[in-house]
Parts: sequence; structure tokens; C-alpha cells
Amino acid sequence: MSAITLNGVEAPCPEAYRDRGPRSVFCGLTSVVWMHRKIQDAFFLIVGSRTCAHLIQSAAGVMIFAEPRFGTAVLEERDLAGMADAQEELDRIVTRLLERRPDIRLLFLVASCPSDVIRIDLKRAAHRLSGRLAPKTRVLAYTGSGLDTTFTQGEDSCLASLVAEQAEPADSAGRSLVVAGCLPDVVEDQFRRLFEAMGVGPVHFLPSRTSEPLPAVGPETLVLAAQPFVGETVQALERRGARRLSAPFPFGEEGTTLWLKAAADAFGVDPARFDEVTAPGRARAKKALEHHRETLEGKTIFFFPDSQLEIPMARFLARELGMRPTDIATPYFNRSLLDAELPLLGSDPCLSEAPDVDEQMARCLDLKPDLTVCGLGLANALEAQGRVTKWSIELVFTPVHGYDQAGDLAGIFARPLVRKSLLKV
Amino acid sequence: MHLTVWTYEGPPHMGAIRVASSMKGVHCVLHAPSGDSYADLLFTMVERRPSRPAVTYSSFDARDMGGDSAALFQDTLRKAYERFRPQVILTAETCTGELLQDDPGGLGKAVGLPVPVVPLKLPSYMRKDNWGASEAFHSLVRGIAGPKAPPGGKRPPRPEGAAPSCNILGPISLGFRNRDDVEEVRKLLDLCGVRVNVVAPLGASAHDLARLGEADFNVVLYPEIADTAARFLERAFGQPSVRTVPIGVGATRDFLAEVARVAGLETVPALDDPRLRMPWYSRSVDSNYLTGKRVFLFGDATHVMACARVAAEEMGFAVVGLGTYSREFARDVRACAEKYGVEALISDDYLEVEAAIEEARPEIVLGTQMERHIAKRLGVPCAVISSPVHVQDFPARYAPQMGVEGANVLFDTWVHPLMMGLEEHLLGMFREDFEFHAGAGASHLVGGVVPRGDEALAEPATAVAEADGDSPSSASGGASGDGAPVWEPEAERELKKIPFFVRGKARRNTERYAAERGLARISIETLYDAKAHFGS
Repeated sequence: MSAITLNGVEAPCPEAYRDRGPRSVFCGLTSVVWMHRKIQDAFFLIVGSRTCAHLIQSAAGVMIFAEPRFGTAVLEERDLAGMADAQEELDRIVTRLLERRPDIRLLFLVASCPSDVIRIDLKRAAHRLSGRLAPKTRVLAYTGSGLDTTFTQGEDSCLASLVAEQAEPADSAGRSLVVAGCLPDVVEDQFRRLFEAMGVGPVHFLPSRTSEPLPAVGPETLVLAAQPFVGETVQALERRGARRLSAPFPFGEEGTTLWLKAAADAFGVDPARFDEVTAPGRARAKKALEHHRETLEGKTIFFFPDSQLEIPMARFLARELGMRPTDIATPYFNRSLLDAELPLLGSDPCLSEAPDVDEQMARCLDLKPDLTVCGLGLANALEAQGRVTKWSIELVFTPVHGYDQAGDLAGIFARPLVRKSLLKV
Repeated sequence: MHLTVWTYEGPPHMGAIRVASSMKGVHCVLHAPSGDSYADLLFTMVERRPSRPAVTYSSFDARDMGGDSAALFQDTLRKAYERFRPQVILTAETCTGELLQDDPGGLGKAVGLPVPVVPLKLPSYMRKDNWGASEAFHSLVRGIAGPKAPPGGKRPPRPEGAAPSCNILGPISLGFRNRDDVEEVRKLLDLCGVRVNVVAPLGASAHDLARLGEADFNVVLYPEIADTAARFLERAFGQPSVRTVPIGVGATRDFLAEVARVAGLETVPALDDPRLRMPWYSRSVDSNYLTGKRVFLFGDATHVMACARVAAEEMGFAVVGLGTYSREFARDVRACAEKYGVEALISDDYLEVEAAIEEARPEIVLGTQMERHIAKRLGVPCAVISSPVHVQDFPARYAPQMGVEGANVLFDTWVHPLMMGLEEHLLGMFREDFEFHAGAGASHLVGGVVPRGDEALAEPATAVAEADGDSPSSASGGASGDGAPVWEPEAERELKKIPFFVRGKARRNTERYAAERGLARISIETLYDAKAHFGS
């Protein structure tokens, strides 16, 4: 890929590229770790290898011991030998699983690299099992394999499977808003209150807290993406006639205001009303951000690819806290969903998609940014070289969206710098 | 297919990464899909390595799945060599790579790098982490040390006056306390006057592996990792192996004796290190309460077998259950379990382990990170003795399991949760005591102490009895509907004079005594009659 066009101007950075090389990223299976916390009556059954189970164990940390609603059907030699009984094996495992967990209403069969390569047809299995287990339990299939998905794309793949399962659109679905992307309950409630106060609604959050199917989606459904990685989900909704609202993502005071504004405008909310409803949140967010300005202003920041949150984060840190992004790498550059972000970002930072991790390490050590955002596999190695890092997974597990989390979000980036100045050892 | 929530061991390629990352100048190149790099964070986070592990992944994705994946692997191999300039490269496939049939071995050779490229065959759907590590280490030793083997594996005699020398085999990256065990074993070998030739894989270079044959014998510290390589060295260089794992005081003495024998020393050095405090601690009267504590052990074979001996012979525990996830050593663990009159549990299914623990009703569990959580759920004290472990078991302080200091560490580590358990038990017992009831103020503070009347004093007995697992039929001295004997108030008060830790037993015995004799009321006389009858 050649240079990226930003703001109508060709980005000057020659490294704005997609390079082929070793990567240091999670696969989409990892998203199971937070998705299962959100959808409270769903179980995620990964069909994969010992590696997949080991990954989930490593990613889930201690959470794995709290009777989690996920597990792995580990493939064995005899599963590889003959394809004929893969469906029978799945039946056996699902039956045993549901006997032990009768509270499960929604079961996801999650494909992995091994199950994809030997072409186990999980869609067919889901369809067949759904027929057998209906109406008590619905069974869906999606892929979280590293071949197809990186980290948060697993959530996208999962949500798209939920949309695809929808019945045909009702003719008179009525105007409604779908907020796409997993949000912590506390954030969801905050947004719900703001939409209500403005008179925007009905609002449906995807995913919702239970396995309840989405209400009808049709031409009058408007979609607001809450996460930058829900491209496939938005497309699935658009295929049902829904229309996406272009907006930056709700990080920081500015991002949240513009995001809410996109919905308010689409629902014809009076601007005065919008200002009145958002004014307290905006003031609180600005005030909270001030606490971190001194630490962050003027500092350079370098992003390794991880979650697709990199571009909105860089925009927020640059515009609201005066940081200077040097490199922003993203695992997947979804140009269309970022249409409202990229103009705000400016043309300074070097953008790349899934770059070679070794090249990027070399560049990072060479550039010496003040703060580097990266995965846990790289963070300590960079710290040992004298770089200050912020491990990126925290951005996915911590409430960071909306006005009242703006200060916390800035705090996530400020803390490593504050710590560096505190430590005298 | 096998349903699992978690797993004691990772896939075999984890073992290959552990071997490469343990060594200097060795790099592992894996044919693996994008995402398999998650393994890196076990090294950087759990072990807190200050550098990335020595591994590069070909990171193929859906777009590469046509004919390109083989070329991608070769390209990755070339780039990894240019960037890291290793002395030796290990190549392998991860589980998905295994399904592609690209043959990294052949592909690696075809690249024509100027350093040895050692191909590994890791059957991901049959084998696991430790097997992979053992295979990777064995392949390296075979490839690098093997060519210099003397004919027929015959060793020339040691020159007159030269100190005997040995290799320490098995310590590895992500190994439980391996870092400090090596230091402690070095001290033991010093004591014998044995020189350490090479420690491998931890800290060794490819050059060091080439010198393995120079040693007189090998010390196999962790058979899971080093057994296969040691057997090869036995054949190739005629090097005998010391196989006693020096965990615990007795095993450390046996280790010294075996080293002395294998090295041809005239005397076995005495273990009279003043740092060795464990035997005295265990004999001191404070440890009396450890006698007969029911212990359940689970972990890798090496640690379980060694710790069972420590538990039985050095702590005075009763081994009530024992098992391992190391199928490769199932036979040894079964034999070990037989010595303690229990049947070994060979399983990597945590649900089976949990069921076995519940069944055995231990008072302490010694196990892995998994057993720590099982024990927490069951409310049983627990200490960690084996991988897999979490970050807190890669401590900053010196904390070996082996040798002299290891014995001290084991004593403290195992007793600590029991003390904690006893403390919690006492607090539960005292919860309703006249000084410790919920309304009482903090000690030594005037005010806040709520005076309690006789009526209130009647309650503690119930609470104490319940805390002791007793269900008193007439605890508060009131009438009971089921015809069980009723405690007279004086007898009830007398009962409270009995120390709390035997009070529940006294209550049960007395009630049983009264019931058997058809007594309707329990007097002070009944209480002491029962005591005399039961002998306590």
C-alpha cells in the first residue's frame, strides 16, 4: 500500500504502509475473555488445539478459575484422521456441556486456525444443533482464528454472527438506533441516560447483556459504532438496510460530543437541547483531563498494532492533551469506519497496517518516543531498553468511553510516565 | 475432541521456545499463524524477562494459505537469521503449521544458512510442553555434542589429581525455581569438590553444548526436560547420570552420596551446613501439631515424588493422595504412590484432580497454580510446589526448592498456609468468646467493651459448637423436641471451662453417652462420667 491520504492530502510519511513480516498480536479468540463477561447467558466453545486453550488460559489470567463461560474442545489425533465424526464429536461435547451448564441460552462455536484448516463446518454444526436445542438454546458459529482475525476482530466476527442470525427485517421497524460494540455496563448506562435525555431512541446496544435477539433491523435503523473494530458487524447491519452514522469514536470530551452529536442530528434533536444535555458531561470531562495535561503535553507517543483503537486514541491524546503521535500502527486499517477520525488526526504521524514487528521495534528504539503503547510481549523488553511503555490490552478491559471516563483514559497513559519520575531505583 | 477449560501444559512448541530462550545464541523459528505469538508474554510477564523470547513466527494468515506459506516460512527464517545472528536455529511447526504439511525441516535446509538449522518434529495433537522441551533439548545435544562422541561411548580415565566434573542438565526458562535451584546445587557440588562443566539449557550457549562430553558425569535435575538428553549422553560419551533430585534433607543427603559414588570419591561429604535449619524447626515442639496432617500432592512428576518424601519423612504428614499430569513419568509416580499406600492419579483434567482432592479430604494441598485455586474453593490450606505457576512464584528473593536453603524454603512455604489456617480457625472459634464477640472493642482500648449478661453468655456455646462442626441437640440448655438429653445449666457452665478446641468433642461425647444410657438430663456428673468412659 502506498502513502495514505489524510484530510485530502497525501500523508508525507513514506512508511505509511502495509508490510509483510512477523507479527506480535493476539488472535480473535482472545475477545472471548471480555465478551463472555458481557453476554451473561452465553457460552463460548472454542474448537481448536491445546495452543488455543493455552492462549485463553494465558489471556484470562485468574479469571479462568471462576467457572467461566468458555472452554475449548481440543482436537486430538483421531479428530484429524477422519472428518466424518467431527460433527458427532461436537454433538457429544455440546450435550455434555449443556448438561453441566443448563443456564446457557446462547452457545457460540468459535472456530480457530486448526478447525479452519481442516475445514470443520461449524456453521453447519451450529445450524443442526440449533434445530435440536431450540427453543431453549440458540447456537451460532463465528471465527476467532489468527488466520482471519486479530484480537478485537474476534468481537466483530461474533457480533456479525448475531446480526446475520436476525430474521428478515420487518417492514415497519420504525426508527431506532443500534450502538455497535461491546461497552462496559457502566458506560452503556451513561450513554443510555444521555440518549434518553435528548430524546434519541429506542436505542439498542449490540451486544446486549443477555442473549435476547436484536429487535428488527431495517432501513430506518441507524447504526453508531462505539468501537473502531466493528467493520464486519456494521456491514452486516447495512446489508439489512441499516444506515451507519459517520462519527469519531467516543473517547475524550471531543470524541464523545461528536459521537453523540451524530446520533442527535440524525434524530433531529434541537441543538440547544443537545448542548443542555451534554454540557455537564463536557465540563466534567475537560476538568478531569486537566489533571493529566501537565504529564502528557508535548510528549511523543508510538503505537504498536493491537486493537484498532490506536487511531482514535492517538487523536484523543493529540487533540485533547497535546501529545505528539509519531507512529500509529493498527492491525487492520478500516478506512471507511475511520472516515471521521482521520481528518481530526492530522497528517503528522506515520500510519501503518500490521507492520513487521522486528522492524517496528528497531524504529521505536531509534526514535526514542516518550511513551510507547504495545502488547505485553514487547513491553518489558522495551522498558529494559529504557523506554516507557503502556501495555495496550488495558484499553480493552477498562471503561474508557464517554465523558466520565475521559480522565481515567488519560490517566492510563499518564501513569507510566508518573511512575518513571517517581522511581529512584 | 476433549473439553477443557484449562490445561497444565501448553503445546509442545512452547517447550521449544523455552529451550531456545534459555540459551545464548539459539533462536527458534516457528511456522505458525498470526496470533501464536501470545506465548511471548509468558516469558516477558510471568518470568519477567527483560528481553523478548528467542523466537520468530512466520505469522501466516488466511491470505498466505495458498502456495505462499512455504515461501513465507523460508523468508522468515532468512530474516530471523539476519536480525539475530544466532549460532544455531531450531525450526518447528505449531499445531496449525503441522496441518499445512509445508515441512519446515526441508524448507529450512534449502535456505542454506551458514549455521546449523535443527528441525524439530513436535506432534502437537499428541504431546505437550515438557515433551517439546525435552525433544528440543535432546535434538540440540545430539546435533551439537553428539559428533564429538568417543568411539563406543568409552570415556578415557580422569587424569590423576584432576577434580571430577559434571554437567547440570534440565534447568530451563519458565521452570519453577530453576534459577535458584542451580545455585543451590552448585553449592552441593562444591561441597563434594566436583567442578561444574556446563549448565544447560539455562544460560548455555551452543558452544557450551559442544563441551558437554568433557564432563565425567551428568546431574539430571529435572527429568521432564533432561532425561532423554542424559540418556543420549550416557550412550554417546559413557557419562553416568546422577538421578536423585535433591529436594528435601534426606534427598539432599542421598544426592551427595550418589554424586560421591558416581564421581568416585572416597567419602560422602556430611551435610552439616549451619544454614540448614529445617530439621530443627521440624523437631521443635511448635511443629508437633503438624503430625499426621493429611496432605494431597499434585504437580509434575519430579516435584510430586520429591515433595511426598519431604511431607512424610521430614514434616510428619500423612500422604493421602498423590498424582501428576506428567504422563511420561506415570510409571515412576505410580511406584512412588504405592510406597505411601495410595493410588496415583495420572491426569491432566483439573476436574478429576478436584474430585480426587474432595474425596481425600486433605488438610493441606501441595500442588500447582490450579490446585491453589481448587484449594481456595474448598477452603483448604495450600502451597505451590510445581509448574504451572503464576508470576508470584517467580520471586525476586532467593527461593530454591533444592539443597540446604531449599529445605528451609519448603518448611516455611508449607507451614505458612497451615499457620494461617490455624489462625483463621482460632478466630472462628473465638468469634463469640466473651472477649472476642462482635460487639467487643479492640483490645487494650478503654470503652467500646459491651458488657454481656448471663443470657448473652449462653449463646457462645452454640456458636462454638457450630464452628466446630457440631450440631448440639440442646446447646442452650433449653428443652429439645426430639427427646435428646437436655443440658443442666451447671453442666453447660462446666462445659465452657473446657478448652475450646476440645469442647465440641466433649459435647458430642457427653451427649452420645447420655443418649446411649437413656438419660434425659446432663448434669456435671454425666459430663465427667462420659469423660471417664471415653478416656478423654
